[in-house]
Amino acid sequence: MVGIDLLEVVDVDVALSGRMVLRDVNFRIDHGEFTGLIGSNGAGKTTLLRVLLGLQDVVRGRVLVHGEPMTRSNSSVGYVPQKVLFESDVPVRVRDFVALGIDGNRYGLARRSRHTYELVDEMLESVEAAAFANRRISSLSGGEQQRVLIAHALVSKPELLLLDEPLANLDPGSAQEIIQLLHSVVTNQHVAILLSAHEMNPLLPVMDRVVYVANGRVASGTTEEVVQPEVLSALYGHHVDVLRVHGRVLVVAGGDERGDSLVADHPAVVLE
Amino acid sequence: MVRWILEPGLFSNGTVRTALLLGALVSVVSGVVGIFTVLRGQSFAGHALTDVATAGGSGAALASLSPLLGFVGGGVIGAGAMDAIGVQRVKDRDVATGVVLGAATGLSALFLYLITLQTSTTGSTQSILFGSIFTVGPSTLPDVALLSVVVLVGVMVIRRPLLMGSISRELAAARGVRLRMVGIAFMVMLAAAVGLSAIAIGSILSTALLIGPPASALKVVSRLSHAVVLASVLGVMATWLGIVFAYDSYYWFGSGRGLPVSFFVVADVLVEFVAVNLVARRRRLRVVEEPATTAMPEQVGWI
Amino acid sequence: MTNAWISGTIIALLAGAVGFFVVLRGSAFAAHAIPNGAFAGAAGANLVGINPLFGLVVFALGAAFGISSMSRRTRSDVATALALVMMLALGAAFLATSSAYEPAVNALLFGEILGVSSSEILPVVVLAVVCALGLTLLYRPLLFSSIASELAVAKGVNVRLIDTLFLVVVALSSALAVPVVGALLTFSLMIGPPAAARIVTSSAHRALALSVVFSLLTLWAAVASSYWTDLPIGFFVGTMSAAIYLAARAWMRLDSRRSRRALA
Repeated sequence: MVGIDLLEVVDVDVALSGRMVLRDVNFRIDHGEFTGLIGSNGAGKTTLLRVLLGLQDVVRGRVLVHGEPMTRSNSSVGYVPQKVLFESDVPVRVRDFVALGIDGNRYGLARRSRHTYELVDEMLESVEAAAFANRRISSLSGGEQQRVLIAHALVSKPELLLLDEPLANLDPGSAQEIIQLLHSVVTNQHVAILLSAHEMNPLLPVMDRVVYVANGRVASGTTEEVVQPEVLSALYGHHVDVLRVHGRVLVVAGGDERGDSLVADHPAVVLE
Repeated sequence: MVRWILEPGLFSNGTVRTALLLGALVSVVSGVVGIFTVLRGQSFAGHALTDVATAGGSGAALASLSPLLGFVGGGVIGAGAMDAIGVQRVKDRDVATGVVLGAATGLSALFLYLITLQTSTTGSTQSILFGSIFTVGPSTLPDVALLSVVVLVGVMVIRRPLLMGSISRELAAARGVRLRMVGIAFMVMLAAAVGLSAIAIGSILSTALLIGPPASALKVVSRLSHAVVLASVLGVMATWLGIVFAYDSYYWFGSGRGLPVSFFVVADVLVEFVAVNLVARRRRLRVVEEPATTAMPEQVGWI
Repeated sequence: MTNAWISGTIIALLAGAVGFFVVLRGSAFAAHAIPNGAFAGAAGANLVGINPLFGLVVFALGAAFGISSMSRRTRSDVATALALVMMLALGAAFLATSSAYEPAVNALLFGEILGVSSSEILPVVVLAVVCALGLTLLYRPLLFSSIASELAVAKGVNVRLIDTLFLVVVALSSALAVPVVGALLTFSLMIGPPAAARIVTSSAHRALALSVVFSLLTLWAAVASSYWTDLPIGFFVGTMSAAIYLAARAWMRLDSRRSRRALA
């Protein structure tokens, strides 16, 4: 018996400014899964995330949430952008900002209830941001802001959380912290996570599935299924090798007269 | 000294009482709407609307219509025009705003000139540009009060999506906020707020009341509800002081010649702004020495 | 009347050139605020009884530098808005104490076609030449830093100096334009025609040239119309600048529709 998936992307093509950027995209996300959306910069990860949020139209295909076509800003899907620039005079505290995660799109005169703030405080605890709950959102450091953005997205109890390159500007230690935090969110709150990254190695321990984007196409499955030379070579349209060293993965463009490498999972990782 | 400030007949004067009430209403609306105007970086659009309101006000005077209708109507039409021309990129939007502003000011030039041809009385330019709070009759008060309440309620109803959109358009869009609809609704409220303050202090200097008190308030508070209240208080203070001094200026300069209310309001607003900045600077210096504060008690707010 | 044509031409030439950069740099609001400084200066000079040109220039420069320094501590659009109303109120207050209040306010705000007397033509020309020279000398680094300021800094361009000098040029141009076109409409010449030029061509050089051409056409049309109809020149400058911009937008839409049909 096939249950209805949380999210299903079927035969999707996406075009930007008249140019086809993604073709034949097919993948599924199930409840409580941790999925990595892997691809180098410019591969189309952000575009794909925007499609999943209902902010980008598709030229072909469908996106289904619980078997129903995706509508704009489905409440089952939460979003954490990479960074938000807050002006210094915005009079909003962290608690108020997270509370906007619950009622930010509601019209009306009603005041916020005590209950709302209880939910907010619980959420801030779970992302370890309670210590700065009363600070202005413009005064947060990058790492603090990231936790607050996660709390803001989670507080409305989505079933799927999308994160856009959350590890991009972090040192390896902070990256590990966030990954652990997100992993605990998945296990404790049973929220599925899809996060985009250009390096998959930090995610290997926690990823259930991979959606690998390259050359305008996508391959999805478990890490073992996807990160194989045959699969990736077909994706790139070009020979690639996959090296595994001490549980880390390195994808390297194969021998080619032009000598340019298409992918870089950074060599530095391999040296550890 | 007090005699010098509170010249004879100040409070017993009915005109002054009307002016104070009118000024207070208009200041509160400007303060509330102004907070969002500043947060959304729409000070230019707000200012452009005051110039469009000028065209509306002078057109109304030419056609012998109600000034309130002219100011507010002109502003609303201007908001529509800016939205119609409007484009996505901020720089292009500024060009569109500037073009509408220029056209509207050009129209104002025409209307004001025609008015001087039409009537023999001078002073209509004065009252349209710089306000006529002492000559606006008490009969306008109900309209002003009603419109003020409508605008304030309108802002309250959309305050959360409006705030979300002002903080981060990306997050707001992901959360399902209808950015365009909220944006247009706000522009209309902004136009109404500008029109209202134009009645009191003239169209050309309305920007001071729309931007000054909110900018000051935002420097020193960290909650939206506080910001809105403080901006209103600062606005009312500036307007009331302006009314008092304008009344006094008739006595200071003698022979029935005084300065319009708006001049003093602008001065007050600027003084407030400077004062708040000084306070903020001292507070920033002091905070460095204090230990980290403990968590604040749970509060329920209406943001 | 010849004075009007001469000074108008000079003003339009400058405004078109300066406006090209104003639109490029997105400083439309500042370009609107700085002439108000000139307004206050003219009013103040009138009050004190000194040469108005002096007041125009000094206060315009003051406004320009005031805005740029305030912008460091507050949002730049807030700083600009507050400076704008301050200058406007100050100027109006200066005028209010003189007897010829209303005509003076109208003339300085909305323009006076006969606003420049023969004795002032020479200083106007000199200042205009200074500005034109300045722009010519600064052209390449100014263009570069307006388009990509970080790259310009990396290449060794003193972007801060350029920003300052450009502000000076804007202030001087405004000071020259205000007596003829009016404080409130000066910036129309710096926005409408250059914005139209930008839409019509994508080459920087051609856009600059077209800015000047459009600005000249607009001003000439405005001077002529004002002369013939006796209506205020500000009315024509404002509406014609808007018209030329809208015409350019309409032209672009028609053109893109034509080319899309050609491709189909």
